[in-house]
Amino acid sequence: MSFLLQVINGLQVGSIYALVALGYNMVYGIVQLINFAHGDIIMVGAYGAYVVLVLCGLPVWVAVLASIALCVIAGVGIEKVAYSRLRNHNAPRISLLITAIGVSIFLQNLFQLIFGSAGIPFPSMFQVAPINLGGLNISFVTILTIVVTVLLMIALQLLVGKTKIGKAMRAVSEDADAAKLMGINTNSTVAFTFGLGSGLAAVGSVLYSNAYPMITPFMGSMLGLKAFVAAVLGGIGSIPGAMLGGFIMGIVESLTKGYISTQLADAVVFGILIVVLLVKPSGLLGRNATEKV
Amino acid sequence: MKKKLISYAVNLLLTAGIYTVFALLIQGGVINRYYEGLLINIGINIILAVSLNLVTGFLGQLVLGHAGFMSVGAYAAALVTLNSGLPEAAAFPLALLAGMLAAAIVGFLIGIPALRMKGDYLAIITLGFGEIIRVIVLALDFTGGARGLRGIPSLADFTWVYVLMAVTVYVIFTLIRSRQGRAIISIREDEIAAEAAGIHTTYYKMLAFVLAAALAGLAGGLYAHHIGILTPAKFDFNYSVEILIMVVLGGMGSITGSVVAAIILTILPEALRSFADYRMVLYSVVLIIMMLFKPSGLLGEFEFSLASIGRKLRARFFGGAVSRKED
Repeated sequence: MSFLLQVINGLQVGSIYALVALGYNMVYGIVQLINFAHGDIIMVGAYGAYVVLVLCGLPVWVAVLASIALCVIAGVGIEKVAYSRLRNHNAPRISLLITAIGVSIFLQNLFQLIFGSAGIPFPSMFQVAPINLGGLNISFVTILTIVVTVLLMIALQLLVGKTKIGKAMRAVSEDADAAKLMGINTNSTVAFTFGLGSGLAAVGSVLYSNAYPMITPFMGSMLGLKAFVAAVLGGIGSIPGAMLGGFIMGIVESLTKGYISTQLADAVVFGILIVVLLVKPSGLLGRNATEKV
Repeated sequence: MKKKLISYAVNLLLTAGIYTVFALLIQGGVINRYYEGLLINIGINIILAVSLNLVTGFLGQLVLGHAGFMSVGAYAAALVTLNSGLPEAAAFPLALLAGMLAAAIVGFLIGIPALRMKGDYLAIITLGFGEIIRVIVLALDFTGGARGLRGIPSLADFTWVYVLMAVTVYVIFTLIRSRQGRAIISIREDEIAAEAAGIHTTYYKMLAFVLAAALAGLAGGLYAHHIGILTPAKFDFNYSVEILIMVVLGGMGSITGSVVAAIILTILPEALRSFADYRMVLYSVVLIIMMLFKPSGLLGEFEFSLASIGRKLRARFFGGAVSRKED
């Protein structure tokens, strides 16, 4: 029974990884940038929800919407201020990477300045009794997290696969220059991708803060790192891949913590990543890119 | 050949001259203990930045786990000093050597799988190894776990750090100018073309990677014997990033740039101390603005050399075209 419980816990954490991983996944797919600031978007979303919920005393749904709006604005804003100039000047990709790291340090320290470095307890948003499923007591937040994640994945898959903007996203990630020649506004497509990823991260941050009710300015860095690992594990450029990667990461982490050692959980997670990359460099569900000479 | 010897002699004199100035200032008490510590930190960071530049700037492989190698060297060196039972003066060089060796071995073992990857995937895999090293150090008993390793005698004074820093810069500089160095740079320019031209790419990649790891281990050994306490938390992903920032900010492929950036970025957080809470916010803003307006780094691929300055001066005062044949 406790094994099943660990798996369900893993699915919960994994869902959050998956939501955040999608942001990394889409942004990497479209501009080949490991957006290190994405992890800190989660932190921004959590603080946003906290301010609206506790300091302003507004209802839960307002807090969730405000958090999403704040993250979308932050994500698009970061793209416009910090990345677009470098992208349009064809700067070396590593400069873009360092800029992303700079933005990450900036966000962490800005929020530390505003809210202090101590953790702030996050209020429980959903006061619903645990649900009994076949003798297992599962908290409402756990079920909500998993269901919301699966629904968002399906919606996203439809958005990318069936709509016009989705087609534009796929086109830009395939070949940005050719897409531009076909009349696609690459800049607004990239901005949309950043916004979409940040919005998903906001949902992830609200769910995460409910599961682990303590928010700090640095909460995003390790969470973001693991989510990125999940994205690579599942395969960059694949939405089901991000979900699969997130779930695997979450379950492995939860089982290692439960049965082997809390300390070694991170080592096991990264070990799996290394093995997967060595066997299948494009990730579990990623496309195989052939190298042209 | 003769010109080369003269240029080596001039550089050696210059290096010795800078050392003498600082050593005298320290001896005379003009530079107090705080600033001496800062100088030592600068030296250690220069070793780290220059060695990472070999892999990232010249070999063209993004590595995000440099702090991991540094921690291996630091712990190995500290454990040798603490447990060898030799007198401190004899144990210290041995410890540094052990640190280098341990880091080189770990670098080799990680390099076997990691160097098959390219670009961002290599970055991720080295990131993963860096974190694994940190977690293992945390979990082991003889490394002191999370409490850390304490009571390491502080043997790394300014002289040690300066000399080893100078040797490191010299080794990397001459390596880059040698046949091996050109092979390494050719891999950065085009790996497939380099292989087609008969360069043993795997060998040269491994050479650069292991050498960089060993030097990071050396820096770690010096760090351990400077600070006196080692905790695994120090060598996390953020520290690897800090070193990478030095390399990119200075200019990938410029050793001078790495040295300058290491100096600036070690001093900057200290100089901003009076801004207290705003310190790191300012630091990150400076970083972002630098990258936005000078994406190739401060110095690009420029190298400082006395010969070229001399050439320019001669051209200015005695006229005539600037000849580049001399070097």
